[in-house]
Order: sequence, then structure tokens, then C-alpha cells
Amino acid sequence: MEFWRVPLDVDEIQITRGIVYIIENRCKGCGYCIQFCPRQILEFSPKFNQKGYHPPVVKNSDDCVNCHYCEIICPEFAIYSVEVSDELSDSYNEIGDDNEFNEEVNGKSNPHR
Amino acid sequence: MEKAILTGKYYMTGDVACAEGALAAGCRFFGGYPITPATEIAERMAVRLPEVGGTFIQMEDEIAAMATVLGASWAGVKSMTATSGPGFSLMMENIGLGICTETPCVVVNVQRGGPSTGLPTQSAQGDMMQARWGSHGHYEIIALAPSSPQEIFYQTITAFNLSETYRLPVLIMSDEIIGHMSERVVIPDKKDIKTLCRPKPKGRKDRFKLYEPGPNGVAAMPAAGEGYNVHVTGLTHDEKGYPILTVETQMEMITRLTAKISKNLNDIIQTEPYFLDDAEMVLISYGVSARTSLAAVDIARKQGIKVGLLRLITVWPFPEEQICELAERVKRFITVEINMGQIHREVQRCVGGKAPVSLVGHPGGTIIPPDRVVEKLKEAF
Amino acid sequence: MADKLRAAKKQPDHPLDDLLRRDRIPHIWCPGCGIGTAFSSCLNAIKSSGLERKNVVMVSGIGCSGRAAGYVNLDSFHTTHGRAIPFATGLKLGNPDLNVIVFSGDGDLFAIGGNHLIHAARRNMDMTVICVNNLNYGMTGGQVAATTPNMAKTTTTPRGNPETPFNLPHIAYAAGATFVARWTILNTREITKSIEEALLKKGFSFIEVLSPCPINYGRRNKESSQDTLKLYQEKTIIKNGAHPSEIDIDPEKGIILGKFVDLQQPTYIEKYDKICRSLMNH
Repeated sequence: MEFWRVPLDVDEIQITRGIVYIIENRCKGCGYCIQFCPRQILEFSPKFNQKGYHPPVVKNSDDCVNCHYCEIICPEFAIYSVEVSDELSDSYNEIGDDNEFNEEVNGKSNPHR
Repeated sequence: MEKAILTGKYYMTGDVACAEGALAAGCRFFGGYPITPATEIAERMAVRLPEVGGTFIQMEDEIAAMATVLGASWAGVKSMTATSGPGFSLMMENIGLGICTETPCVVVNVQRGGPSTGLPTQSAQGDMMQARWGSHGHYEIIALAPSSPQEIFYQTITAFNLSETYRLPVLIMSDEIIGHMSERVVIPDKKDIKTLCRPKPKGRKDRFKLYEPGPNGVAAMPAAGEGYNVHVTGLTHDEKGYPILTVETQMEMITRLTAKISKNLNDIIQTEPYFLDDAEMVLISYGVSARTSLAAVDIARKQGIKVGLLRLITVWPFPEEQICELAERVKRFITVEINMGQIHREVQRCVGGKAPVSLVGHPGGTIIPPDRVVEKLKEAF
Repeated sequence: MADKLRAAKKQPDHPLDDLLRRDRIPHIWCPGCGIGTAFSSCLNAIKSSGLERKNVVMVSGIGCSGRAAGYVNLDSFHTTHGRAIPFATGLKLGNPDLNVIVFSGDGDLFAIGGNHLIHAARRNMDMTVICVNNLNYGMTGGQVAATTPNMAKTTTTPRGNPETPFNLPHIAYAAGATFVARWTILNTREITKSIEEALLKKGFSFIEVLSPCPINYGRRNKESSQDTLKLYQEKTIIKNGAHPSEIDIDPEKGIILGKFVDLQQPTYIEKYDKICRSLMNH
């Protein structure tokens, strides 16, 4: 982030981090989440969902600050973000890299894998 | 708190007796709109309901009045409204919603001359077919016709009991004369008044289905706020209450809505025979016209004419079977009503050409004098 | 790293799934329609209000917005056209413990149901009315409404609307509403906050939510849903406390948003209890 003046406490400011989840088959491709994401982390996926729409996909996942705007602007209850908590980071560390993520039958999926 | 049931002997009008009957039946909500000749029911309820812990509200029109009645019913309260022809027309929209969503409530129509504004202060029975088919779509309905202030007291209780049992709006087709006439009304002890309440759901809330028919074809009904998360819609819906706009669902829903009435006719239909056993001619009448007919039977019998009266207490569903049976042995039917032949057509349909059916009718504004009926009887004799 | 974290954890449910009838989602609203956003804000407000769920009920009329009641996992009533408010009045009077939300559209609440709205406001009937204003009758294919801007094209005003639209907050205020706000679907947090305030406040509350109808209104007026939202972004001015008579929707002057009215007045039930019930003790 660029500042016109560097705040004195810039080193102490903690920026929250979020994980974006997308329920692809609920999406109708309006693009509001993409248009209004303040960090521009989303884009249209090239693939189609069950209804024939292009759902969003996360392009810069590390930039999500968990502001929830995609979640609250979405008319379809199809996208939401969850804060990356210490607990989650810990569990990640325990599980390591080789875990398996199951795509759920109800249409939830991790489009970023 | 004041008593809801004012046990005692009174001299009261039909409209007041109707209000007292409603209170005795457990009615605790009235949403209305002033209209002659039904206003006195609202006025009485405005005084009495707050005394017994109920609520009265005068709405901005009859459409709204009927909507509040349905809303209050879903809040778990026995509710009613009262109106006359023009208001009855406006209520038809939400009476349909009440039928579709199976909402118990009572609607009183104190009939006056029509069409349109017609004769606000004079009697008629011209809304009988509107009561049957006034709201759009195909459905079954229950309508009662009181012949006296005492009877409207009891019929209002019956109307609530039927509406709670079968979950639908029940209509009371009174008229200006019954509404405004004063007669002796006996209000019995509380223990002698039988009141029924809608079937309540049992079992697990997450498995509950809003329109799953019970043993008599009627589903249990929870109230809003009881945690059943019901969805109630006027769209064609399945047993869960969800809108499903398919031919199959429409078929299932209409079958369910009509069967709960058509399979319980014996429990619903009430008629009163008068000199029917040896009758060669039969008068079919209801409401205030049944009083005319009763007098006519007495006069004609004295003149040696073998005539009887079948008084319809329940007009809808129509007592088809009874009239079909009479048609096997009776030589003539005469319908007496203050319209130009509405129930008359139903009688003709049931008699099916087995005997002549004539009408003593009137377009409205006055009671039919017994002499006119006697004349007709003599003509036929 | 976030990707890996996401992969590491089972995907949680959407935070509003417990308030949705999940078996009925996806809903019927068109792509780009804002009703879903307004509805989602309403569900967030129900959540944040902390009200006991079983006492919160939603009543809708007819039309696109009228379908909202069918998606909320609460006691919900989808009534006849325009009659949501009187039906809700009956529910509230039948059980004053209920917290009643009316969620419906501009055609339902201000044309066919206009009379009921002004009278419920006049009585200060305790309910929260959320009006999604999409400037036309969407469900029936985009006909002119009481809110359609002058000269706008609809299927029944093919040469432009000759009429003048209603200023909804002004009507609600003039009729006696004790809480009046207007937002667009872009102001989701403000909508949620206003609805939450309204739910926790006694009295007749009215919240207008401007929402795009890209398929039926936008298409005929050369305005995509993205354009509408851009308009909301560029032409709206938040002016809390502005007088409702001065907030006609005029993109040229700027569309005024905000919370305009927040008054404390006794509700219908409070007055009924005090005036009508207390008399019986005399």
C-alpha cells in the first residue's frame, strides 16, 4: 500500500488476512465481487458452473484483508471470507502440505487448486 | 377481566348476538371496516374484545381487514371480520389466500341489496353464489345461513369450530333483517358451549411438514413464533409449504383442499326438516327467507296442502344428497330466497328433472311475504 | 499461503446459511439483481440484532422482492399483492412478542399496497418495512411503476414515462413513520445497520433500498447492472438527517442517502393497551 505520508505506527498496524470461499454453483456471474473488491483479488474464472455462468476465482489470494465486502455485496450467498486466525495457521502447520481437500458434492469447491 | 361468555337471557340484535357468539367461541381478534348493516358487529367487538384480552382494529379498507384476520390467525389467535356486499367483494382476494394457505377464520356477510352499493339498509340474499365462487380458482368453502339472532349466536360458534377443524375461512351469510332484528337470545353456561381448536403439531420440529394431511385430511397448524420456521404462501405449494409451480403440485394441492371438505360432508352439513315426512311439495329455503317459508308451510297445511320445508343451515357445501333423496318422492320443489334464483339453480341441479322446481324470489330490499309462497303452492296444488 | 490454508481446512458454511432455506437456493432473482444483496443485508441485521430467532417473522407481498420470504429460514409469509403490511399487522396484534419484518418491493408497497403503508405508518404499527426499489415491475416483465423516473422507458411506457415518481421516504415520513432511511445496495453495511436499528426500535420503520433491475429496467434504459452500481457510486451523497421532502431521486442533483428520521413515539399496541384496555377498569 502506498502512503502519501508514512504513518508513525506503520510497523505496528496489523492487517487481517482472509481466505475467500466460493460456492460456485450458487453464482450467477454478476461480477459485483470482482468489480468492488478493494484489493482487486478476484477475476472471472474461465470455467462454467452448473448454470452456465462464469464464477469468480481468486487471483491474488495473499492480498485478501478479510473485509467481507464480496460476501455482503454478493446477491447469491455464493462468496464469503474467513479470517486467517492463528489457530488456522497452526492447524495448517500441523497438517503440512500434503493434505487432501475434498470437493463437496453440494457445489462448494476450491476453485484455486 | 370481564367474562367472555355473558351467560343469561337477553333481547339483542342478530349483529350483537353474532359478536357474543364469536367471543364465546374464543375469538380474540377482529379486524374490520364499517359497513351497513354489519357495523354493529364491529362496534360490539370494539367494546368487548379489550375486556377479554383480545384486540380490535378498524383497518383502512376491507382488503386490509381480511389480511389482518389471516395474520392474526397465523399468530395463533381465533380471528374474524364482518362486512356486507361491497366489503365482501374486496375481501374475496384474501379469502382466497385463506383457502390456499388453510387459515382458520370466520367472515360474516350481513347481506344487503346489490349489485354495487345497492340498498345499504335493506335486506337481500344476493351474495350466495359469490360466497361459493367469489374468489378465483377452484375450491371448496363452508357457508352457514342463520335465521334468527339466537341462531347466529350458535352458528358463529359452529363457524369457528368448523374453521378450526378444517382450516379454512368459514362464511356466515346473514342478512340485514337478521342482523338488525331484536329477539330473545339465550347465552348458555360456559360448560354447555363446545369449542374446538386447530390441530397442533406433535413430534420433531425439523421433520414437520406444514400441509401433511392428518386423519381427517387436515394438517396440523403451528403458530408463528413457535419455532417451526413455516413458510406460508399463496402460490401453489407442496406439503412442505414450498412453492412448486407444476401441474402435479397443483393437482395434489387442489385435491387436498377440496377433499378435506368433500370427505367430511356428514360432519359439516346441517339442515332442518319441517313437515317433510308426508310432504308432496317441499320448500327449500335458508336465512331470513326460511322464516317466510315456515309461515307459508303453516298456512298451507291448514288449507290441506301437504307441504314441508327443508331449511338449509349449511348452504355450502350444498346438501346435494338430501335433495337427491327427496327428489325421488316429492312432486314439486319451490326455492324461496331474496335473489332471482341462486340456490334455486343448485336445487334444480340436484333434482335433475325428476320434479318441477319453481322459484319464489325477489331482487332484494324486502322480505318475501308468506302469502306469495302460499299462492305459488296453491297454483301448483 | 492462503491457498494452502484454504485447502487445509474443510470449507465452512456460508455465514448466513443458517438463516437460509438452503434447499431453495439458488433463488429466482436474475443475474445482477440487487434484491439478493438487500436480502443478505437483512439477514445480517437479523443476526447482529441478537433477537431470538423464533420471534422474528418475515412477511412479503407479491413481486420479485416478494419472494424473499420464501428463502428465509424463519416463520415466513408470502401473501397477496400489496397486502403484506396488513397481514403483518394481524400477526403483530395477534402476538405482540413477534418482531415483524415486511420485505417487499416498490410496486407492492407503494402502488397496490400504498394505502396500507400510509395507515400502518400513521398508526405507528411496530414493524420494520424494507422496500427494495428497482424502479419498475420486474416480475411481470418491466412495466412502469410509481417509482419509475420521468421519461424512463418501460414496456408500458415505450416512449418514456409521462408521470412523476414518488419520493418514498417522504411518503413514509409524512404518514408518520418513526424511522426512515434510504440506501443503495452498494451501502450494504449501512443497510444492515439501519435494519438492525429498526428491528431493535419500537415503531414503524421504513428503509428504502435502491437496487438495479438490469434485465427488465436496465435493458430498456441502456443501463447495465455495472452501470447502475457505478451511478450509485458516483451520484449518491450521504446526508443523514436530510429532510425527506428534499430527497427526490435525481441523479443530476445527486441521490441523497442516509438515515433521515429517528423519532420515539408510542406504538399502536402501547396506545391501545393504555387507552382501550385501561378503560375497562373504570
